[in-house]
Amino acid sequence: MPESPLLAVRQLDAFYGDLQALFGVSIELATAEAIAVIGANGAGKSTLLKSIAGLLRARRDAIAFDGVPIGGIPAHDVAARGIALVPEGRGLFASLSVEENLLIGGQLKRSGPWNLHRIYELFPVLAERRRLPSTALSGGQQQMVAIGRALMSNPKLLLCDEISLGLAPIVVRDIYARLPTILGERVSVVLVEQDIVQALKVAERIYCLQEGRVALAGAAKDLTREAIAAAYFGV
Amino acid sequence: MSVRVAFASRSSRVGMALCAVGIVALAAAPFWGGRDDLALLSEVYAYVALASLWNLLAGYAGLVSVGQQAYVGLGAYILFAFAILAGISPLWAIPLAGIIAAGVAIPVAMLVFRLRGHYFAIGTWIVAEVFRLLAAQISVLGGGSGISLPAGLIIAIAPSRQLRDFIEYWIALALVVVILALILLLLRSRYGLALKAIRDSELAATCNGVDVMRTKFLVYIVTAAGTAMVGALIFLQRLRTSPDAAFSVNDWTAFVIFIAVIGGLGRIEGPIIGTVIFFVLRQTLADLGTFYLLMLGVVAILVMLTAPKGIWGLVVDRLGWQVFPLERRVVLDERSAARAPMAATDGR
Amino acid sequence: MVWINVILQGVLVGGLYAMFAAGLSLIFGVMRLVNIAHGDLIVLAAYLALVVTETLGIGPLASLILVVPLMALIGYALQRLVLNRTLGDDLLPPLLVTFGLSVIIQNGLLAVFTADSQKLHAGNLEVATVRLAEGVYVGALPLLQFIVAVAVIAALQFLFYRTPLGRAFRATADDPAVAQLMGLDNRHVFALAMAVSLAVVAIAGVFLAIRADFDPSQGPARLIFGFEAVIIGGLGSLWGTLAGGLILGVAQAIGAHLDPGWQVLAGHIAFLVILAIRPEGLFPKVRT
Ligand SMILES: Nc1ncnc2c1ncn2[C@@H]1O[C@H](COP(=O)(O)OP(=O)(O)O)[C@@H](O)[C@H]1O
Ligand SMILES: [Mg+2]
Repeated sequence: MPESPLLAVRQLDAFYGDLQALFGVSIELATAEAIAVIGANGAGKSTLLKSIAGLLRARRDAIAFDGVPIGGIPAHDVAARGIALVPEGRGLFASLSVEENLLIGGQLKRSGPWNLHRIYELFPVLAERRRLPSTALSGGQQQMVAIGRALMSNPKLLLCDEISLGLAPIVVRDIYARLPTILGERVSVVLVEQDIVQALKVAERIYCLQEGRVALAGAAKDLTREAIAAAYFGV
Repeated sequence: MSVRVAFASRSSRVGMALCAVGIVALAAAPFWGGRDDLALLSEVYAYVALASLWNLLAGYAGLVSVGQQAYVGLGAYILFAFAILAGISPLWAIPLAGIIAAGVAIPVAMLVFRLRGHYFAIGTWIVAEVFRLLAAQISVLGGGSGISLPAGLIIAIAPSRQLRDFIEYWIALALVVVILALILLLLRSRYGLALKAIRDSELAATCNGVDVMRTKFLVYIVTAAGTAMVGALIFLQRLRTSPDAAFSVNDWTAFVIFIAVIGGLGRIEGPIIGTVIFFVLRQTLADLGTFYLLMLGVVAILVMLTAPKGIWGLVVDRLGWQVFPLERRVVLDERSAARAPMAATDGR
Repeated sequence: MVWINVILQGVLVGGLYAMFAAGLSLIFGVMRLVNIAHGDLIVLAAYLALVVTETLGIGPLASLILVVPLMALIGYALQRLVLNRTLGDDLLPPLLVTFGLSVIIQNGLLAVFTADSQKLHAGNLEVATVRLAEGVYVGALPLLQFIVAVAVIAALQFLFYRTPLGRAFRATADDPAVAQLMGLDNRHVFALAMAVSLAVVAIAGVFLAIRADFDPSQGPARLIFGFEAVIIGGLGSLWGTLAGGLILGVAQAIGAHLDPGWQVLAGHIAFLVILAIRPEGLFPKVRT
């Protein structure tokens, strides 16, 4: 476990109305570390990310970022502190062009390594299509816009919700190939995936969620496939 | 253990009994009240009826119209037209107003139903404005300045003024009772279930096979007819109509909406409570003139922001009362409940 | 020749209607809010201009320097303090609250300024005419009003599609939750949209007040004209809104020429006809 974590989630509960989706979830993450959160559909992975990003209510001290409790503060405040979420399903702004989507990601004007130029370097295909409406792109390219848009705010912590969802394997590999460049800029990453193979390649540690609880946690290299499968399916 | 579905609850049985007593007492008002009392009560009835109809339209069918003054005015003008141009008794003109308004509402609905949500609201308002401007073009009915009911026609209703007051009062009471009863029956019918499904979730209602458009259409037509009859009666009592008064958006829509929202939308009791509050405010603040209307706007906004279900919504949430038996409740049959006391608590 | 003048008058008045409509269209586009008090706010702006011109002794056009920021401020505060709390899936709260505002503004103005009609005086500008062609003259004031209307629409178009603020407006309109993830505070963005809307309202209000008599009861009719222009033009398109305003203005001018009592009626009829045959409006925005 890291010494002084960048992100510390402690005993987080989350609700949708009366329905409780997370039960006492705790996770930690150090600066420049990448972790994966895996779990079956409906396990609560997106709920965890949405809680961290401020889209859902949370107890104030259930989430600490840089040592400051941020649970339940407004999402725009969370973003300003350096947490960026690539939402499930990408959530691109349909009436904005590709470049405008990126620019709006950078509208917080946090300083750091990422700018339009660097994003186009990372995803050259976006430079060619910058004037197009974001909806005119292929799924993989849209995912690149979503990642680029999140990076434009120069976050300290990047939360990625199923970036491989609905994409062809070759496209997924292509996108995952850029992650080392991103990690090289000392940004911490939480990868939420259902596809564990991809996640395991990048993440140092893994949390497995099952029905709203952490069923298994540990260093990627220490966990056996059997242990992961057991935690995943709850057998 | 036998189970049945029932509408009544203890509070609603008490409520209905109180209603019956209340109606009898109100019907006797000519014998205990003065002329001013009758006039005030008639106005109260008119607002209860208008707010209940609007509640049916907006609170249940989700058709937020701000153009119901179209039908109030239409009713008024139909009554005056039949009375003045054809010599038909104003009393007969009231039901005629309902029938004709229903006919007029069909093409209007076909037009305004093309607009959604807020745009539907303002669309209905424009239709009402068209009606108002057209009414101002009818020179035989006084054009823009309006017209009074000829004395001969008034006397034909009843020879003495007192008797006329009584008759008109009873008609007003009967009209509101009938409208409330019809709304109650409608909501208890198959359409009522459909309406409640639409109120709770239009999408879910569609998925469950409710013909949402048809139901909404029907409700729009029915409310138009009811609103026109109330309008006809209001202006029969005023003995005078003019386009600006008959098609007033403030009198027949803004206040009606405030009443329905303050009382509580989507509940039958809401408009009644709301009307009482409206008139209490009016009688106590009337001296303040325009300030009173300003206060009314403030109260409506505050209620919407702090208690969006209205006063009656608060009562229901806190105390679980309902005067009008509407909710279907599953109850254990009394005899089987006696035999199976253990299960009695589950049946509630 | 008579008809050319009639249509020209209609076009020039239509610019004013487009200004009524632009603010309405803007806030509907950003936050799906139809502001029933929009017309009353136009009249409020006219009264503000009246107070400013009378206390400072300046002309109505100069008063815009104060009235525009004042109305924008009112818009920002109104949205932050009241209207933001009404936004959601249910359309009744914003409708009722803006209806309440409408009644409050009308009766507040009535209490302060009475029902007497007022007018702003713009001196020579009111009587000056411009000759466009042989026999075709237009008043300098209507012409100025029209030019200002086109400029306002162009400025809004620029704001909406070429500036960071406009980008924030469009992003928040597309998906308010994701917009927050970009660091945009919805409540602030909506309040800025209302501020821009009421800045346009201020300009419209001052021109309304120079052009004709006004009194506290005139708001609802302005709301309706603006609304008709929005629907005729097609939702979500600012240039469409301008076209909608012009069509409404021309329809009214033709109606008025046939019979003075038909002016407003002719506008409503044009609206209903377009609603019947082309409910999406004449120039709806096509999403590419
Ligand atoms: N908007 C919502 N409203 C109600 N329940 C939700 C909502 N989103 C998710 N849930 C429920 O919360 C649980 C966790 O969902 P989610 O976090 O989306 O799972 P995952 O991302 O792991 O697939 C599920 O049971 C899901 O049905
Ligand atoms: Mg998910």
